[in-house]
Amino acid sequence: MLAFIIRRFIGMIAVLFAVSVMVFIVFVLIPGGDPAERMAGKNPTPENIVNIREKWGFDKPIYVQYVRMMQKAANGFLPGKHGEYDILSSFQNRQNVAAEIKKGIPATFSLCIGAAIIWLFFGTVVGVFSAVTAGKVSDRLITTLALIGISMPVFWLGIVLRYFLAEKPNNPPFPDGEYVPLTVDPVQWAYHLILPWFCLSILFIGFYGRVLRSNMLDVMNEDYVRTARAKGIAPRRVILKHVLRNSLIPIVSLFGLDFAAVLGGGAILTETVFSLKGVGWYAAQSVGDLDLPPIMGVTLYGAFFIVVFSALVDFLYAFLDPRIRPT
Amino acid sequence: MAERLLDVKGLKVRFATEDGTVHAVDGVDFELDRGKVLGIVGESGSGKSVTALTILGLTRDRNTRFEGEVDYKGQNLLQMSESRLRDVRGNEIAMIFQDPMTSLNPVYNVGDQIVEAIMTHEGTTKKDARRRAVELLRQVGIPNAQQRASDYPHQFSGGMRQRAMIAMALSCNPDVLIADEPTTALDVTIQAQILELLDNLRADFDSSVILITHDLGVVAEVADEIIVMYAGRVVERGSKRDVFYDPQHPYTWGLLGSIPRLDRPKPKKLHSIEGTPPSLINLPRGCKFRPRCPHAFDKCQEEPELKNRVESAGHLDRCWLSVDEKRGVRDRTISGEARDVA
Amino acid sequence: MAEPATELSLDSAALLAAEEHEVAIVGRSPWYLAWRRLRRNYIALVALAVFFLIVLACMLAPVYAHYVAHTGPNETHVDETVIVSGHPKPVISGGATYDPKTNTFDTSQSLIILGPTLWHANGRFVLGADNLGRDVAVRLLYGGLNSLKIGIGSALICTSIAVLLALLAGFFGGWVDWIVTRFFDLIWAFPVLLLAIALGSALSINGFHHFGIAIEPGSLWIPTLVISYVLIPYVGRPLRGQILSLREKEFIEAAVGQGAGPIRIMFSDLLPNVISTILVFFTLIIATNILTEAGLSFLGAGVRLPDPSWGNLIATGQDQIVTAPWIALIPGIAIVLTVLSLNIFGDGLRDALDPRAKVRIEH
Repeated sequence: MLAFIIRRFIGMIAVLFAVSVMVFIVFVLIPGGDPAERMAGKNPTPENIVNIREKWGFDKPIYVQYVRMMQKAANGFLPGKHGEYDILSSFQNRQNVAAEIKKGIPATFSLCIGAAIIWLFFGTVVGVFSAVTAGKVSDRLITTLALIGISMPVFWLGIVLRYFLAEKPNNPPFPDGEYVPLTVDPVQWAYHLILPWFCLSILFIGFYGRVLRSNMLDVMNEDYVRTARAKGIAPRRVILKHVLRNSLIPIVSLFGLDFAAVLGGGAILTETVFSLKGVGWYAAQSVGDLDLPPIMGVTLYGAFFIVVFSALVDFLYAFLDPRIRPT
Repeated sequence: MAERLLDVKGLKVRFATEDGTVHAVDGVDFELDRGKVLGIVGESGSGKSVTALTILGLTRDRNTRFEGEVDYKGQNLLQMSESRLRDVRGNEIAMIFQDPMTSLNPVYNVGDQIVEAIMTHEGTTKKDARRRAVELLRQVGIPNAQQRASDYPHQFSGGMRQRAMIAMALSCNPDVLIADEPTTALDVTIQAQILELLDNLRADFDSSVILITHDLGVVAEVADEIIVMYAGRVVERGSKRDVFYDPQHPYTWGLLGSIPRLDRPKPKKLHSIEGTPPSLINLPRGCKFRPRCPHAFDKCQEEPELKNRVESAGHLDRCWLSVDEKRGVRDRTISGEARDVA
Repeated sequence: MAEPATELSLDSAALLAAEEHEVAIVGRSPWYLAWRRLRRNYIALVALAVFFLIVLACMLAPVYAHYVAHTGPNETHVDETVIVSGHPKPVISGGATYDPKTNTFDTSQSLIILGPTLWHANGRFVLGADNLGRDVAVRLLYGGLNSLKIGIGSALICTSIAVLLALLAGFFGGWVDWIVTRFFDLIWAFPVLLLAIALGSALSINGFHHFGIAIEPGSLWIPTLVISYVLIPYVGRPLRGQILSLREKEFIEAAVGQGAGPIRIMFSDLLPNVISTILVFFTLIIATNILTEAGLSFLGAGVRLPDPSWGNLIATGQDQIVTAPWIALIPGIAIVLTVLSLNIFGDGLRDALDPRAKVRIEH
C-alpha cells in the first residue's frame, strides 16, 4: 500500500512539472515577439525593458528562462516584500498575481463547495429517481429537463436568472451579484450565493443525473442484482445497497475531477456573471487585455488542484472498489 | 409417498419485444417431489432458464405474459403478490446461477452476502447470522472458512465461488434449490466436485433440486428424473434410466449421440444435430423439431402430444414414430455412422 | 391470467427474450437494425431536422443580410431612424448627453435601443438593434455561422486526432500507450475552460508563427484549434479504453497470427468496431464545442469583437440587459436550441446503434 502511495506521489510531481513546462511554452514561446517588451507594460522606458530582460533571463537559454519564471511564480506565494521584477506580476497594473489569487480564494471556495454539495445531492436524487421509474412519464420528463439543463450555456443562464430575479422586477427577490464574505455577514453571504449556486449546479445536476441513471440501468441488468432479487431482498434495499453502491463508483471519480476543476478557477463563467470576485473572475478580467501573467498564474493554480484531486480520487476508488485494492 | 413440492401445469411465458412476441416457454408440465433431483436439459433457446426464473417470479415485467400454474405447496406462484413472493425467494425456493463471478456483488465480502440472505428471512442477530454463514462455508467445503468469509468474491477461485453461492442459497434451508447451469462456467474437474457437493447437500439439507443444464453428462450423475426441452416445450420426460437407456425422441438421441463415449466404437464423425433451433417468434407449424429431424415423415406436420407411448408409465415423449421404429432407428443415430456393438 | 406489476421496472424480461431470440435470428446487419431503430425514433429525427434548419439558416446569413435586412453584421446605424408600423423610431436614443456649455456628460438617462420590430419595419431590425446600432438578427445569423464553423470544425479535428491516438495507443500498447496516456493526462490536468482561455489569449497576442504555419490573431482558426486541442482527451480516453478491450479479443489475435500488419489491423479490424461509438461521440462533441466556444467568446478569448459569435453577442448584451434584454437573451436561445437538438439526436443515435452502450463520454 505504501509503495502505491509513493508511486502515485511521484507521478503527481512529474505531472506538475510537465504542467509547468506546458504553461511556460504557452505563455513565453507561443506569442513570440519580445516578452520583455510585453512585460514592461504601458509606456516602458528602455531601462525597464533591459532590466526585465536581465532579471527574467530572456537573453539566456530557454531552460534558464523556465527556471527563472518558476522561481518568480513561487516567490509570489511567499510572504514578505518582493522586488518588482522578482514576482509574477500583471502586465497592466503590476499587481502580484499570487496575492490576487489568494484574495479570490474565499469567493471561489464559497461558490464551489456550496454548489458541489447541491449538485451531488440533487444529481443523485435525479439519477436514482429516473432510473427507478425508467420508461415512465416521470422519467421522460426528468430526462428532458436534464437535457435542457446541459444544453444551456451557464453564463447565459446566469444572465437570465439575474435579469428575471435580481434586476428587472421592482422588488427583486435576490441580490444582484457581489460577494459578501462569510466572516462579515453569514446570512448575506448565503443570500448572495443562492443564485450563483443554483446556476453552477444546474449543468452538473443534469449531467450527473444522466450518468447515474445510465449506470444504474446497466447495473440493474447485472447478474448480482438478479441474485439479490432471487434472495428475496426488498426492492428498496436492492436499489440502495446493490445497485446504487456500485453505480456511484464511477461518479466519485467524475465528481473529484469536476470539483477540483471548479475550485481551481473553472467556475470562471459563473463568477464573472455574478461579479463574485474569485479566482476565475480574476482570470476572466485579464483576458480582455490579453494580460497573460494572471491567466498563467490561475492556470497553474487550477492544474495543481486537479492533479492533487486526481490522486485523491484514485485512493478513494481503491477504497470503494475492493477489486482494485493493492493487496 | 413423497411430498409433492412443485407442480407446474401448462406454463407459458411470452415476451413482447420490438420484433414480435417471443414464445419462450410454450406449455411445460412437470412435478417435483421432496428429496428428488429433477434435471432439465436443453440447448440455448429451449426455455429452460426462463422456466426456472419464472418459478421464482423473476421474469415478471410489463412486457411479459404468463399462462398456466406454478403450484408450490398448493399455492400458485404466478398469481402471488410480489411481497409474498419475496418471502418464498431465498427462503423456501433458492436459486444459484451459472457464473458465480458475476452473480456475487463485487463490493461486499462473501460473508456479508450470506448474512444478508439469512437476515432477510430470519430474525437472528448479525452475530448469529455471521456464525451460521461461516459454518455454511465450512459445510460446502471451503477451507479456512472463518477467514475466507471476510474475503471478496474476486479473491475466490471459480469453484470456490460457486460453493459460496451454494452456501448462500442453502442458508435459509429452502425446500427447493434451483441450479441454473451451475457447472457450465467451471473446469471439468471442478464440475464433478460441485455436482457431488449438490448431491451430498441434498441429503444433509433435505432439499429437492432442479438442475438445469445443456449437458446430459451432468444430469447423468445426479438426476432422478429428466426433462428434455426444445423450443419452449417438453419433448421427453422420464426417469434417468428411461431417458438414457430407452430414449424416445430424436432430439434426445441427438443429445446423447453428441457425447463422445468411451464404451462404444469410435464413430467416424461425431454426431451433431443439423440446423439451428427455431425462432421463438415464428414457430414452425407441427412438430417443432421437424426441420432438424432426420426421421420426419408426413404425420409430423401435426404437433404430437406429450404422452406415454412405452411400457414404463412415467416415460412421456412427443414423437409420432412408433416405439419399434424408434428403437430400430435410434441406435444408428446415437452412434453416428458406426454400428452399435452392444 | 395473471398480469402482476413489478416494483422494479427492469429490462430483464426483454434481455432474456433477446437472448433466447438471438439464437435464431436471421442474419441482419447491425447497421440495418440500427437504422430501423433510429427511423422509429421520431423525436431524434425531429431534433436532427431542427439542427439542419439552424445550419441552413446560418449559411444563408449573407442572403438574409442583403435581401431582407439590407445591412451587414458590422454596420452601425447609430444615427438612423427606422419606420416601424408607419411610425419613425430612432435606432439609438437617449444615453449620455453632452452639454457644451458646462462641458459635462449627463449620464442619468440610459440608452434606449430599438427593440425587435418583427417584420413591421420591412425586414430591418427584425430582432432589434444592439448598443452600437447593429442589426441583431443579422449578427445572430453571422455569429451562428462562425459558432457552427468553429463547433463542427473543431469536432472534426478533435475526433480525428483522438481516434488516431486511441488506435495507436490501444493497438501498440507498451510505451506508445504510455506516451499517449501521458499526453491525455497533461491536457486533462487543466480545467478545460482555463486552458482554452490561456491558449486563446496567448495566441491572440501575435497569432501563431512557428513551424512554418502562419495564423493571424483574429482568425477563426485560433478558437477552432484551441477547442480541438483541449477536448482531445474527452474523446480520446473512452475510445482508448474501448480499443484496449477490443484488442484482447480473439479476432485481433487471429489477424495478427495471419500476419496482418498494424495499419491493416487498426483500420480494417479495430476501427469498424468502434465506428458507432465514434459517431455518437462526434455528434455530442459538436454540442460541447459550441458551448465551449460560446464561453470562450463571451470572455473575449475566442472570436473577438467586432466579429460576431453567439458567445460574444451575449457579452455585448450584458450591460444592456435591463433596458434591451433581447440583445443578450436571443443568442442564448439560439445556442440552447442548437445544442439541445444535437444532444437529443446524439442520444437517439446512441440508442439506435447500441441499445446497451457501455462506453460513454465520461466528462
